[in-house]
Amino acid sequence: MSQIDYGETQAVFTPRPDLPPPAATVGVLGWVRANLVPNWFNAVITLVGLGVIYYIVSGLLTWAVFDAHFAGNSRQACKPNVNIVMDKVATTGILPDGTTLQLETTAARVAVPEGVSPNVRWERRIEPRPQRVAGGRYARVAVEEDHIIEGACWVFIFVRFDQFIYGFYPKDERWRPTVVIGVGLLLIFYMLTDGLPHRGRVAMFLLLPFPVIAYFMFSGGVLGLEYVSNDKWGGLLLTIIISSVAITGALPLGIALALGRRSVMPIIRWFCIVVIEFFRSVPMITILFMAMVVLPLFLPPGTVFDQLLRVLIGVTIFIAAYTAEVVRGGLQALPKGQYEAADALGLGYFKMMRLIILPQALRIMIPAIVSLFIGIFKDTTLVQIVGLNDLLTMMQLGVADAEWTGLSKEGYVVCGLIFFLFCFSMSRYSMYLERKLHTGH
Amino acid sequence: MKNTAILALGVGAAMFATAAYAGTVDDIKKRGELICGVTTGLAGFAAPNDKGEWAGFDVDVCRAVAAGVLGDSMKVKFVPTTGKSRFPALQSGEVDMLARNTTWTFDRDVKLGFEFAGVNFYDGQGFMVRKDLGVKSAMELDGATVCVTTGSTTELNLGDFFRANNMKYVPVVFEKSDEIRAGYIAGRCDAYTTDRSGLAAQRSQMPNPDAHVVLPEVISKEPLGPLVRHGDNQWGDVVRWTLNVMIIAEEKGLTAANVGGMLGSTNDPEVKRLLGGEGEYGARLGLSNDWAMNIIKQVGNYGESYERNIGPNTPVKLARGVNGPWNKGGILYSPPFR
Amino acid sequence: MAVAEGAVRPAKASWFYDARVRAVVYQVVMAGSVVFFFAWLTNNTLANLEQRGISSGFEFLNHPAGFGITFSLIEVSEASPYKRVFLVGVLNTLFVSAIGVVLATLLGFTLGVMRLSKNFIISRLAAVYLETFRNVPLLLQMLFWYTGVMLAFPTVRDAIIISDNVYLSIRGLNYPSIVPEPGFMAIPIAFVVGIVATIIMRKLVKRRRDATGQDFPTVWVGIGLVVGLPVLAALVTGLPWSRDIPELRGFNFRGGSVVIPEFMALLLALSMYTAAFIGEIVRAGIQAVSHGQSEAAHALGVKPSTTLRLVIIPQAMRIIIPPLISQYLNLVKNSSLAPVIGYQEITHLWAGTVLNQSGQALECMAMIMATYCVISLSISGIMNWYNARVALVER
Repeated sequence: MSQIDYGETQAVFTPRPDLPPPAATVGVLGWVRANLVPNWFNAVITLVGLGVIYYIVSGLLTWAVFDAHFAGNSRQACKPNVNIVMDKVATTGILPDGTTLQLETTAARVAVPEGVSPNVRWERRIEPRPQRVAGGRYARVAVEEDHIIEGACWVFIFVRFDQFIYGFYPKDERWRPTVVIGVGLLLIFYMLTDGLPHRGRVAMFLLLPFPVIAYFMFSGGVLGLEYVSNDKWGGLLLTIIISSVAITGALPLGIALALGRRSVMPIIRWFCIVVIEFFRSVPMITILFMAMVVLPLFLPPGTVFDQLLRVLIGVTIFIAAYTAEVVRGGLQALPKGQYEAADALGLGYFKMMRLIILPQALRIMIPAIVSLFIGIFKDTTLVQIVGLNDLLTMMQLGVADAEWTGLSKEGYVVCGLIFFLFCFSMSRYSMYLERKLHTGH
Repeated sequence: MKNTAILALGVGAAMFATAAYAGTVDDIKKRGELICGVTTGLAGFAAPNDKGEWAGFDVDVCRAVAAGVLGDSMKVKFVPTTGKSRFPALQSGEVDMLARNTTWTFDRDVKLGFEFAGVNFYDGQGFMVRKDLGVKSAMELDGATVCVTTGSTTELNLGDFFRANNMKYVPVVFEKSDEIRAGYIAGRCDAYTTDRSGLAAQRSQMPNPDAHVVLPEVISKEPLGPLVRHGDNQWGDVVRWTLNVMIIAEEKGLTAANVGGMLGSTNDPEVKRLLGGEGEYGARLGLSNDWAMNIIKQVGNYGESYERNIGPNTPVKLARGVNGPWNKGGILYSPPFR
Repeated sequence: MAVAEGAVRPAKASWFYDARVRAVVYQVVMAGSVVFFFAWLTNNTLANLEQRGISSGFEFLNHPAGFGITFSLIEVSEASPYKRVFLVGVLNTLFVSAIGVVLATLLGFTLGVMRLSKNFIISRLAAVYLETFRNVPLLLQMLFWYTGVMLAFPTVRDAIIISDNVYLSIRGLNYPSIVPEPGFMAIPIAFVVGIVATIIMRKLVKRRRDATGQDFPTVWVGIGLVVGLPVLAALVTGLPWSRDIPELRGFNFRGGSVVIPEFMALLLALSMYTAAFIGEIVRAGIQAVSHGQSEAAHALGVKPSTTLRLVIIPQAMRIIIPPLISQYLNLVKNSSLAPVIGYQEITHLWAGTVLNQSGQALECMAMIMATYCVISLSISGIMNWYNARVALVER
């Protein structure tokens, strides 16, 4: 065995500073490379996506902003330039593109090129088939008013906006619903904010006396408030009323149904299962029809029932079935130990539920209940089928008015936007809660 | 048998079931308000005006009844009803009466348990088309697409008409007249069918009313009138004779303007009886004796109401036609007031 | 005996506190109130029906309906009885739901995958779609598609010519229909044979793979069988069909087939709305599959495409399927909004038209509710069956 002498090694490890990451992976350029053009395929997709965005955004902006009408207070304000152009053609006989009228053309049927006026753009359409008129055939060069490409008429929205929000609620009394809904929102925020004192009491107040106070504020007839019958409630106000009443009423009912479904007593369990599954398997519209057409048959002859009340009852029972399933989810999510611990303490069923189980389960359920509420809020639009004037119906009534015919696009966009704002913010809130709850465990 | 068995089961039910039908007239007086079912909005017949008050030809019938019963034509609560909800609303007592272009038919009178109080408008189903289609007669509509309201006799008449004439059609069916109008204006259908009065009313709501024409064919009889529930004859009589008072008033030349002084100046015994100058006619209906006076003073006679709401000088532009007094070529004929 | 036992026991609590007695009492009270409630309802209803002179029963189903129907999958006329109309309604509901489910699934899966894309633009686009369509009421979307889009198409005379003999107008999409000629039946038969052959092949391949480990391109051969056999059958029988071409005559296109705008609007609204929910479900499902799973597959040297097919998708599907099926259920129930835009499915025909024409409110509503219950219960039955099948078998 030979020995090898390695000698004294003097090498000392001297770390060098880290190399900076390649220029192409940091900063704006890096982000673009990583997220938009990591390879050819993705580059193409990115381009297509950008094209789609450009197409939608530019079209939307042109319609909603650049070509739109904002000022004025009647339909006339939305079509000023049409008449000017027509007058000019009718008096001079020269089309705006410089050609002379040669065919039989009336003021209502003229050809106008695109871009005549800042607010109105025309689409040139030449009738492909000759039309027969008295005396012979001629090719009609026609641009009818319907085919004008036109910007949005926001005037309609401005003029009708109060009706969208309040329905036919009398003008001088509109502060009442505003105050009630404002206070209600404040209380709800208070209740849902962590760490504030007396949150439980606020919740009880919201659940019990508040609806009564709200009812008297809405309908009046007491304390010198003018009576406003509920056929005048409408618009967004009615949408909020129906959805809030439904969720407030559905919560206790849903909890009862859910507890019943988990009960060990077969008759009660089966009854609850049948009720829950029945209401979950039929569409809401059929429940509304029932409330409208069949409910009067079920009641003692001569019982007269308010239409809004009938709808509220129907919607509440319907939503209660869904609430029951949410509650059941919350109950199942609780560890079994909680039940066992409560039993071990010798608590009875109702005490156990009230003190141990429900407070915890309800906390877990809040996000699901918010989602449920979003669903109800959207589904409230169905009440138009039974003749109540919710937000969407008020908009449709506006378009049905001869003065504003054809402006349904504007109406749908605004209604959609209002619903979107409400639902989107609520869904964000429920996601925030969900994250918070997850970190809690 | 079955009934008694169920009665035995539902022990407490009798308590509720006896919530009896008192006299409707008394109910209205106690309430101080007539509840009248009208359409959800049909120009000229029943629609809220700019001030949000209901006005129209059918609305006037409600107002006349309120004037007769309560002495004030404004004491009416109007409940808008759809083609679907109108009958349940009346049956359940949600409304006291319906004045809502409802066709008087055997089944509705007999099977559904209603009582028609007369006819306030003789109508018939027709077709409206765009003028530039060049159609002159409903017989040329073979292969056309036709817009129609669902659940109405209109829908059935439409089927009968095309079948009887061996023609084909495509129905497009909506629930609300607004929806139909929108579809028709957009061109979803070639023709729009409903009662001719309804066609005229819808036409008046279109951006360009002159571009549409109502075809001459009348494919059905549609006597439209107010109706009440079976079983309260006094109430039925009140509504029937309210309508008759309006018709007689036109025949006798009584108007809202001149009726106040008529009682003193007239020698016509029927007018005297009508206005409460002779006999106790109002009291026999359970009303005050000046009930007819109130109706004419506050609402006007049939002709006045017609001209104000749907006559040739209104946007609806309906000529009187058969809806004139019998002595002027129409078929309005009230039984004598004695 | 009993006395002696009683003497041994400690002082017995009142029977009132016995859980078993309580349970019996509660249930008797419950059953009693339910029976009483329904008796009360029945009594009221009978009294009301009698007072209004409405005769109840289902004889009206045999009476002729008398009204026309815009769109039907089966032959129907004004002379058809109500029961036929009912069938038309159920079929129309199922038809729009079935196509809607397929479209919504395709669109929803695409959106879910797009949402997870590393490409910023694409994932944002998908996010905007999901949020917009989820947070706007379906009814509003339906009305938008109908009045905003469908009714804005040109009249029949100015119909947009999409391709040869295919026209798009306010009256709908007119296209040539295929009229079968003798021998046509061979094609659907070949299709069915293709499907059956594929299933058998899959079983055989699996058995061979389990035994020998040899793989086989099942998917491609399967597609070849399902598509190829009918094509082959068509060629062999000499293209046994003729086309019925739509032609503008009088008021409308005659001949060919038409997809009515009411149907298109309903289908678009239903599938685009539901797709937004499905997209969210798919995203959550794929994200829920732990990253370690794909890394493990990678470490085993499995190809990325095979990883996706054999590792990710089967696990994601287990999470995706249950909520997916309840979305299908929602789609079916949401198709009941059709009356608003005039598509004649079961709710429109039965609760809208027939209820009014016949006056049989109770019977009509009962039939509609029963229909939806049957559809819903069958779908949840399928879901339960699937859940049981894919449930994790813990060993």
